[in-house]
Amino acid sequence: MDNKTKKELIIKHSPGSTILKNSILAFIIGGVVCSIGEGLLMLYSYLGADKKTAGTLVTISLIFIASFLTAIGVFDKIARYAGAGTLVPVTGFSNAVTSQAMDAKSEGCVLGVGSKIFTVAGPVILFGLLSGVIYGIIFYFWNMILPFIN
Amino acid sequence: MKRITKLETPISFISSAAVGGYEEKRGPLGNKFDFCDPSDKFGQKTWEIAEGEMGRVALNTALTKAKLSHEDIGLLVAGDLQNQCVASSTGLHSFGIPFVGVYGACSTCTESLMTLSAFMSTSADLTLGAAVTTSHNAAAERQFRTPIEYGGQRAKTAQWTSTAAGAFILGRTHGAVEICEYMPGRIIDGATADGSNMGGAMAFAAADTIINYFNESGESASNIDYIVTGDLGKVGSDVLKEILIKELPGVERLHTDCGLLLYDFSEQDAHSGASGCGTSASVLASHFIPLLNEGKIKNILFMSTGALMSPSSLLQGENIFGTAPLIRLKSTIGEKE
Amino acid sequence: MGITEQFLLAFVSGGLVCVVAQLLIDLTKLTPARILVLYVSFGVLLYAIGIYEPMQDLFGAGVSVPLIGFGANIGRGVKEAVMSDGLLGAITGGLSSSAAGITAALILGLLASILFKTKSKRM
Repeated sequence: MDNKTKKELIIKHSPGSTILKNSILAFIIGGVVCSIGEGLLMLYSYLGADKKTAGTLVTISLIFIASFLTAIGVFDKIARYAGAGTLVPVTGFSNAVTSQAMDAKSEGCVLGVGSKIFTVAGPVILFGLLSGVIYGIIFYFWNMILPFIN
Repeated sequence: MKRITKLETPISFISSAAVGGYEEKRGPLGNKFDFCDPSDKFGQKTWEIAEGEMGRVALNTALTKAKLSHEDIGLLVAGDLQNQCVASSTGLHSFGIPFVGVYGACSTCTESLMTLSAFMSTSADLTLGAAVTTSHNAAAERQFRTPIEYGGQRAKTAQWTSTAAGAFILGRTHGAVEICEYMPGRIIDGATADGSNMGGAMAFAAADTIINYFNESGESASNIDYIVTGDLGKVGSDVLKEILIKELPGVERLHTDCGLLLYDFSEQDAHSGASGCGTSASVLASHFIPLLNEGKIKNILFMSTGALMSPSSLLQGENIFGTAPLIRLKSTIGEKE
Repeated sequence: MGITEQFLLAFVSGGLVCVVAQLLIDLTKLTPARILVLYVSFGVLLYAIGIYEPMQDLFGAGVSVPLIGFGANIGRGVKEAVMSDGLLGAITGGLSSSAAGITAALILGLLASILFKTKSKRM
């Protein structure tokens, strides 16, 4: 039996994800997480924070909530239903960091927690910064040639 | 190429023991396990050490059941799911039994029983031997997948690595349950690199072994009660059935899978079924050996199925290879009911 | 804009951003880690082409809470730093503006690893 036939056999008998159910759950729970963010944004603005500070505080608050829920073993129980609904908000980033850190504790603080904590955070930070650097360089040179174009 | 070896000397099961964790206790075989720890920690600091401890408890239980001491055992063949089979060494070193470590991913149980019986059949001095197999869900998740508290969704085709261990004491003597034949499996390309679909990948190895066994031995399917595979799960069992219906019609009705027996699908969200080498080991010890012992079944082909891969090979997009060694077990008492 | 409308906009836009990611996971071979990387980079792009800011004004937390917002934050930091420091800003801007989120996540993760223990998974 060649690999193509084998592959077709596996696909034939493999149930797919329940796409509609997953999408509805991701929509509702993702929406709720963002609404909580919106509520916090209003609260911090009401308490006198400017727009930028309020935004930063919201990020930190959601990271704290997700990290705490991960620590007490609740986050993964929500996430198995929420899917991208908790992954894509900053909560998913926080969960990835905290769960890696907790998991690596048995390998020690430095080479365990210290290095494994970046397993998912690392790529996110790295490629975020890379995009930023590319944008910065383009933006810089664009501003230099802009007067000549005009 | 002849692949089946008939054992000329009788090798029989003196005793067996199954140990499990929380989900295994909840499953349909839970009450037949000798010991289950609902915390899955077995009193240890780390999940890795817990897996070793599970093996120690299993072997200790099997020795107690057989009224034997570790000093009576001439050879220990053991394996697990961790890198360099370290669970076996941390868990079983205290027995001080001469040791052969085996690795066959989830095929370890059959592989260890096959290896041990081959050793015993050729050495007259080796009258008693032990085989131990362990797997631990948390240790496997950490090694192969994501951190335990990571919030992700598992694919429908994914399987649940069991927290389970099986230990067997074999004797070079006639007994109620005997190993009469063994046949190593070949390494078969599973044609997929999807780590969430190991059952599908292993089905071809299982099919290869079964087809070869019946072709080479000329055995009639009516003489076999069950063909037991290790952990194909729902997906792999369906793939295997489709192949067997085409290649060996009638044989597919004998098939059953340990990965489908360990958990209760209506109560437990096991997706495609159980996996991990502890699955076939604990199901053999808690379910099939007792059935054979009571003479309720006479002949089974027992083949644990292994998905051969590593975290690196998966990241590199390499296909998963499968292997399925086979042993034939027979009950020497009673008639088929 | 009333409070109800603001919540509704955040809910619907945030939900949609998540649905797109869910579909990418279910329909393609993209792993969750790749989705996160994709969203952050996409956020930088949205900011760079000037779409992000009007979106944020309209949808609020619906676009700033998903990792797109994290990426846009990097974009904003880079732009401001380039404007004040020149080309050097392309290197310094991103990490400065995203410092709060990264540091909070890392420190809280470390803290959790010290204070809490993992429990085995349940089905």
